[in-house]
Amino acid sequence: MNAPITIEGPSGTPDNRERLVVIGNGMAGCRAVEEILARDPARYAITIFGAEPRVNYNRIMLSPVLAGEKSFDEIVINPAEWYAENAITLVSGDPVTRIDRATQTVIAGSGRAEPYDRLVIATGSDPFIIPVPGKDLDGVVTFRDLDDVDKMLAAAEQGGTAVVIGGGLLGLEAAHGLNLRGMEVTVIHLMPTLMERQLDEAAGWLLKSELERRGQTILTGANTEEIIGKDGKVAGVRLKDGTEIAADIVVMAVGIRPAIGLAKEAGLDVERGIMVDDHMVTSDPAVMAVGECVQHRGTCYGLVAPLWDMCRALADAACDAPSGYEGSVTSTKLKVSGIDLFSAGDFSGGDGAEDIVMRDAARGVYKRVVVKDNRLVGAVLYGDTADGSWYFDLLRKGEDVSDIREALIFGQAFASGGALADPNSAVAALSDDAEICGCNGVSKARVVATIKQGACSLDAVRSQCKASASCGSCTGLVESLLALTLGDEVQEGVKTLCKCTTFSHADVRRLIREKQLKALPEVLQELHWSTPDGCAHCRPALNYYLLCEWPGEYQDDQQSRFVNERMHANIQKDGTYSVVPRMWGGITNPTELRAIADVVEKFNAPMVKVTGGQRLDIFGIKKEDLPAVWADLNAAGMVSGHAYGKALRTVKTCVGSEWCRFGTQDSTGLGVKLERMTWGSWMPHKFKIAVSGCPRNCAEATIKDFGVICVDSGYELHVGGNGGIKVRVTDLLCKAATEAETMEICAAFVQLYREEAWYLERTAPWIERVGLEYVKAALFDDPDKVKRLAARFRHSQQFMQDDPWAERAAGKHAELHQHLAEVRPFQMETV
Amino acid sequence: MIGDWLDIGPVDQIAPGHARTLPVRGGEEIAVFRTLNSEFHAIVNQCPHKQGPLSQGIVHGGVVTCPLHGWNISLKTGEALGDDEGCVPVIPLRVDAGRIYLLRSAVIGKRATAA
Repeated sequence: MNAPITIEGPSGTPDNRERLVVIGNGMAGCRAVEEILARDPARYAITIFGAEPRVNYNRIMLSPVLAGEKSFDEIVINPAEWYAENAITLVSGDPVTRIDRATQTVIAGSGRAEPYDRLVIATGSDPFIIPVPGKDLDGVVTFRDLDDVDKMLAAAEQGGTAVVIGGGLLGLEAAHGLNLRGMEVTVIHLMPTLMERQLDEAAGWLLKSELERRGQTILTGANTEEIIGKDGKVAGVRLKDGTEIAADIVVMAVGIRPAIGLAKEAGLDVERGIMVDDHMVTSDPAVMAVGECVQHRGTCYGLVAPLWDMCRALADAACDAPSGYEGSVTSTKLKVSGIDLFSAGDFSGGDGAEDIVMRDAARGVYKRVVVKDNRLVGAVLYGDTADGSWYFDLLRKGEDVSDIREALIFGQAFASGGALADPNSAVAALSDDAEICGCNGVSKARVVATIKQGACSLDAVRSQCKASASCGSCTGLVESLLALTLGDEVQEGVKTLCKCTTFSHADVRRLIREKQLKALPEVLQELHWSTPDGCAHCRPALNYYLLCEWPGEYQDDQQSRFVNERMHANIQKDGTYSVVPRMWGGITNPTELRAIADVVEKFNAPMVKVTGGQRLDIFGIKKEDLPAVWADLNAAGMVSGHAYGKALRTVKTCVGSEWCRFGTQDSTGLGVKLERMTWGSWMPHKFKIAVSGCPRNCAEATIKDFGVICVDSGYELHVGGNGGIKVRVTDLLCKAATEAETMEICAAFVQLYREEAWYLERTAPWIERVGLEYVKAALFDDPDKVKRLAARFRHSQQFMQDDPWAERAAGKHAELHQHLAEVRPFQMETV
Repeated sequence: MIGDWLDIGPVDQIAPGHARTLPVRGGEEIAVFRTLNSEFHAIVNQCPHKQGPLSQGIVHGGVVTCPLHGWNISLKTGEALGDDEGCVPVIPLRVDAGRIYLLRSAVIGKRATAA
């Protein structure tokens, strides 16, 4: 089957037909010929050149061949007989090396010259090889043709480990095949999300989880540095971060490039692909081109569906009945058995585009359709793709979907169901014993009875019969039942975290804990977020909740941080930043003061100011200068003051018993100790502490989140003060006898606030909401409570007390501080 | 055709959900965004409200929230969303073979305007 074959057409008879030569025996070339034969079988004398030594086969079915689900014979499109029956000359295994447009002749590697009246270039595409050391080693293969599959199968027979570089469609299909063939597979993907061109973050996360469950190792955000060889053969892959992965075979599947070499050398117009008009004609009227090698209206296609439309237009033009090709809308399905995944159109969101999202965590389903100007423009489906073709059809036809808008996301059966198109009537039609909430086993009758007994809001229903109180996927059903039962009397429930969810802050925190949710996309999926990737309100909140719940485990998401916390400085109205170094307890020394003075002069800071929290604030620093400023401050022993964070800000102190004639205790010493214990911890909102040495309270401890007033007999501990818009004096929490006891209670109180307050809720409104008695009970009900809370705080602090400035000064996240480049108009003219 | 487009480097310079800046001598600084779906957009780096640096905002969907006062700006059209009114100039951008290109003629001389 692999030997070169040449099937000669009839010869010897005089032939005055036009000569059609096709370069490329792949799917596009052969389809073009089929289309021409269907229109006018007698018109052309046809010769097809193929580089591969075999007949035409269905390249997109190579994945099932690799996976062992199909044999080569099953994927052959046109067997040898087809060429003979249609009097086509097939020259395979003898690739064309040159096109001579002047004499209208193509020349093959063997020297064979074939004159043409009309030429069709269908050279397809070549795999893209990333230019890393080791790319030419034995055992590095691409995934493009049957030879590649044979190499992979040979490797799989030996067992061992495979690394697939590229987590796109092709790479994942290769990984799946090798995995099924018994190899241990690692997929290395440069982007943070698998198949990022076809999937959004949510669907990409589901896919990654499923592949990992099947035993593949998926490394996203992983950049290949080198393919390591041993004795000329591949031995492994090293990533930029230093990780090394052993490999007996490396599959390079990072993408494809239109194969334009022949056309370019022949002087045809090319950009990324061979330029063609709507009739697939190149810049030379005698030469046409079709398939993955062409660029039509600025687009190159790498999928099979557009080929069929292109070939129709080509054949129409070649048979003098030009119709014209207008580009294709494409859709994608992953050919990995057991994983249902579909994507089509534009789902980047944005203007006038409205997302409709449905998630069903229990079934692992994520559906998202994008509607714009009453038309469906994009769809991503994971877990349930039954309606993929229906959506694709709506999308291609551009039909007005406003009539079925409400039911669109539920799919064709529901949307076309007449009366059922109204979700409320669909719910009304359910029987009384229909289960509404699967998590808590609540029937429709019970939900309705609960509502009739006075539960007039979603929240009341949740708390009284537990329907929709767990995963939330039946929230829509419960809301329909509320509307059906009460009409306009439905009450709004408690405030939701943001518009993306029906859950409140408290629900979200509880469910993160109960369901052990440990990543942001996981929260969005499991809690049925209605937007694909959240918003500027919920992302920072969720990031904090995850960070608080899973210390040391959760990886902080910089993208979900407000600018100040991402840049570790405070943004000012002119876009510059202010920098506040930490001064423990408000105490400084000549070295620190000199370093601050030097920074002010060196970076031309226009202002230095003493803050209300007893620190020095350096204003007017540019984002690109921040790492250098921090390096200088670090060198003098100073670390980040977190003046920018929802975090411990400052511990303000008075001079206390060491100097003051009224001082009763060492308030500065205690302040420094408290600050050393609490710095670096992220909180729901900013958090301020003060220690006053006597009841004269010079450190203003009674308007702080945690305030200590020293007295002769010990320490009075105050909480919930605020000096902001609404001044609130602290409540007395308790008295402590020793410094150690004060520290322990402070740690416990901070942790209670961290675990129970809502994001962006200061201690003052938190205590007003839950009541001082609740806080006292939570701390002192049981003698062990303070100890347990304080222990959790200390555990969390292990992971928090690294100076964020030091790692930035050392070069981490340098891209956040640097411009991409600078544009100078003069250069623009000369480039 | 390449001549009309200014190559500003490879796509992997910008992490998903982030933006990088491009100062223009004699013109307005440009912010180049990459959404979580890896769509790329370029707009002038100034909120139409109080000229806040949009490049430093949180990106969600095709929208950036200004870090100063929380205006939501569409990355595709530059229009302020919701009840706010205003528009920031958009610079035509295309991605080709892993590199980002901006339309040269649009790179210079645009200023954000409040409506």
